[in-house]
Amino acid sequence: MTSARERGAQVEISFVVNGEPRAVRAYPMERLLDVLRHQLQLTGAKEGCGEGECGSCSVLMDGILVNSCLVPVLQAEGSNLVTIEGLAAGETLHVLQEAFLECGGAQCGICTPGMILAAFYLSNGKPEPTVTEIREGLSGNLCRCTGYSQIVEAVAEAARRRSAA
Amino acid sequence: MSSERIVGKSVARKEGRDKVTGRSQYVDDMVLPDMLFGATVRSQIPRGRIRKITFGPGVDWDEFVIVSAKDIPGKNCISLIGDDQPCLAGQLVNHPEEPILLLAHPDRHLLPKAVEAVAIEYDPLPAIFTMEDSERRSEIIWGEDNIFKTYLIEKGDVKSIWEKAHYIVEGEYATGAQEQLYIENNGMIAAFDAEQGITVWGSLQCPYYIHKALMALCELPAEKVRVVQMETGGAFGGKEEYPSMIAAHAALLAMKSGKPVKIIYDRMEDMAATTKRHPSRTRHRTAVTKDGKILGGEIDFTIDGGAYLTLSPVVLSRGAIHAGGLYYWPSVRIRAKAVATNAPPHGAFRGFGAPQSLFAMERHMDRIARELGLSPVEIRRRNFLQPGQTTTTEQVVREPINLEKLLDRALEASDYYAKKDRFAKENRLGSTRKGMGIAAFLHGAGFTGSGERYLSSVVGVEGCADGDVRVLVSSTEFGQGTKTVLSQIAAEALGLPYENVSVAQPDTLEVPNSGPTVASRTAMVVGKLVQSAALGIKQTLISAKLLGDTYTAEEFRAACRQHVAVHGQFRSWSRYEAPSDIVWDDQKYRGEAYAAFAWAVYVAEVAVDLATYSVSVDDFVALQEVGKVLHPALATGQIVGGVAQGIGFSLYEKVVWQNGRMQNSQMTNYIMPTSSDLPPIRVFFEELGNVYGAYGAKGIGELPMDGPAPAIVNAVEDALGVRFDSVPLLPEDIMDGLDTDRLNKDKLDKDKDGFAASSLHGASGVGSRGEIR
Repeated sequence: MTSARERGAQVEISFVVNGEPRAVRAYPMERLLDVLRHQLQLTGAKEGCGEGECGSCSVLMDGILVNSCLVPVLQAEGSNLVTIEGLAAGETLHVLQEAFLECGGAQCGICTPGMILAAFYLSNGKPEPTVTEIREGLSGNLCRCTGYSQIVEAVAEAARRRSAA
Repeated sequence: MSSERIVGKSVARKEGRDKVTGRSQYVDDMVLPDMLFGATVRSQIPRGRIRKITFGPGVDWDEFVIVSAKDIPGKNCISLIGDDQPCLAGQLVNHPEEPILLLAHPDRHLLPKAVEAVAIEYDPLPAIFTMEDSERRSEIIWGEDNIFKTYLIEKGDVKSIWEKAHYIVEGEYATGAQEQLYIENNGMIAAFDAEQGITVWGSLQCPYYIHKALMALCELPAEKVRVVQMETGGAFGGKEEYPSMIAAHAALLAMKSGKPVKIIYDRMEDMAATTKRHPSRTRHRTAVTKDGKILGGEIDFTIDGGAYLTLSPVVLSRGAIHAGGLYYWPSVRIRAKAVATNAPPHGAFRGFGAPQSLFAMERHMDRIARELGLSPVEIRRRNFLQPGQTTTTEQVVREPINLEKLLDRALEASDYYAKKDRFAKENRLGSTRKGMGIAAFLHGAGFTGSGERYLSSVVGVEGCADGDVRVLVSSTEFGQGTKTVLSQIAAEALGLPYENVSVAQPDTLEVPNSGPTVASRTAMVVGKLVQSAALGIKQTLISAKLLGDTYTAEEFRAACRQHVAVHGQFRSWSRYEAPSDIVWDDQKYRGEAYAAFAWAVYVAEVAVDLATYSVSVDDFVALQEVGKVLHPALATGQIVGGVAQGIGFSLYEKVVWQNGRMQNSQMTNYIMPTSSDLPPIRVFFEELGNVYGAYGAKGIGELPMDGPAPAIVNAVEDALGVRFDSVPLLPEDIMDGLDTDRLNKDKLDKDKDGFAASSLHGASGVGSRGEIR
């Protein structure tokens, strides 16, 4: 028994990750999450539940927030992916990362990459979200530490800074 | 206190930047060369004898490393308080999901199928699944009587109170199991080398618990066992004891294969197999005077420990000591008992027994109020502990705490009276019913009784070659801000900028045993030791004339560099010494149970939808006195996060059991609150200070778990006029409660000679069980 026989042949899949073109060899039905983590060493996306409930594996695929544990890697062919590693510009944090840091939006940090990407996706569509919109927009990402208040504050604070800039 | 520069300020968290950029290394992010992946074959039955194990077809078993109980070099147990829990079941299994075999393979994708291909035949034995069956001893499944531990707390003369009582109020309350549900599942990597011994890296709270367990299991000396904590994605007590089990499994596979082995649980395995909050049952019988003063009472507190001892005795202890709440009991008898059932062992979870017994206490106060025709506010006011009075263990309240003032401030912050009035009018109309509920409570910081004395924690502070300072502790960061707060304390003590202080990664090769990171003890107990070890560094430099009495940061760093250049490694140690006035009698269970208590009053506002029976928490006020708040943003985060878990415990999180196995071990069917389920949780602090903690700090982490459940269920009763005495309280429970209430009322209406509601008078000794409303 080999894993290849179990899962068909590997294929070459190309996409852009955080602005860089990448090509991987993977089984078509492998989870995008595993390819990101194991082949590309982009370990910022986390597995919390493996069934699309917790949002810890969130990444952006062609600008849309997806649970990378539910995306077969074949589906990412030709797409443009953004992971948490692609959000800061070098050592300069994204305004959301700064706000999470200052407002106490990250405690244990395991949901943080997914949560920040969910907030990024939300604020792309709604630059000045209301508290209700933030709470609804982030409700697909579970956090067990914060009770969400300081996350909501961080997202609101980032919006204020963006509009002031 | 206002002279402090760093303590009391919301400085940036030490590891915050790595967390927001995704750079933090959690155990599953770590890869070692040639690493295998491990998996666990678990019991499918609750209790029985293993007859035969067959390795089924379709799997190339030669490629797998297989470990059974026979491969254990030392003692087959996870050494903790007792040694009764096997690392791998040999002949007997005592709960579903009990580990039996371990498998490892280089390809992680092959493991699930291999686990499934192992067929285990059993001779089943009768099992028990409830506390009541355990107490009846229809089967003896543990020891001689199914009892892990009992405690008896006695104060005053309970016998004499019943005839003096104007009212005797009885009640029974229950709480369910709760899953910690840290978002990072449990995981461990182990590597073995004949020279260096075993090293494990993992997601964990207590490096030295694992160290002790691995020494016994692998028969290795202390220096050949090394435990390293990786960034840990949430714990809440759920990574207090079970990581020893996973570390043991990874270590056994690593020893047998000679390769590093990684074991990462998936969510279903983590939820089904690892520990949860102990289910509980509390019975109260209370004697009360006609003006609402508690004369005394009896409290029976029972918890379900699952199949092995693990931490149940200490969970029980904390639950028992908190069972009387923050009220003055002239006399009381508290009987506490932890019993065995054939479920996976229950374990540590934020609050550690106190949320269970305090739920009962605070629900019972509302019941007493109703029986007496007093308000929930008034009954509490009349019975609050005052400075100089004693707790149920006869600990004198020495702090100048004014609980009435705390209550008044919480009522004001929540606009309690105005809302009560408004809801009384509005509740007659429409399809929602609103209510307000209060919970007043306390939480002891640090280990119970003689615990800190036995732990005898040690902390180090190091002056480094570059002049910076490093804190050496086994206390772990898992979201609370351990590294940040301990750095603040050391920086404050040394007069250094916060940036010049760091905290070493917990690694048993590097750091001393500062005790486990549990029991709300880190800021208070470990923090105080950090403060004194830091002062040791300063004193050494001053004595060596390298530093004057006043100095700049640069002068300090130069002096430190010079000391290291001349003398080499520069470390200062501090060991815990129990204050002489903290005296505890382990035999009588009497005395100073905790060096300090945190005090709190929480107020919940709820709305119950009469069409769906769902409850929403619309406002939540959390007011607490926790001593000096060392870091306002972190402290607020602890409170809000704890309240959120408490709301989950109250209204959402139900573990569904069948024959000792959790049936809903997924995030799709075990529901925790999302951002859109929670209200703004409004946090307020009072700061009295505390002589035993660093800069006046007390414990904070567990406190917020204690109050939400009783406050919310009290509010639901206020909204509906129907009593509910257990959590979780789900919509179906509310529907049942309202239906039963309606039937009872119909019956009362039909029976013209029926009892009037509240038919209890005088010192008749009639138990009010509340069937009559």
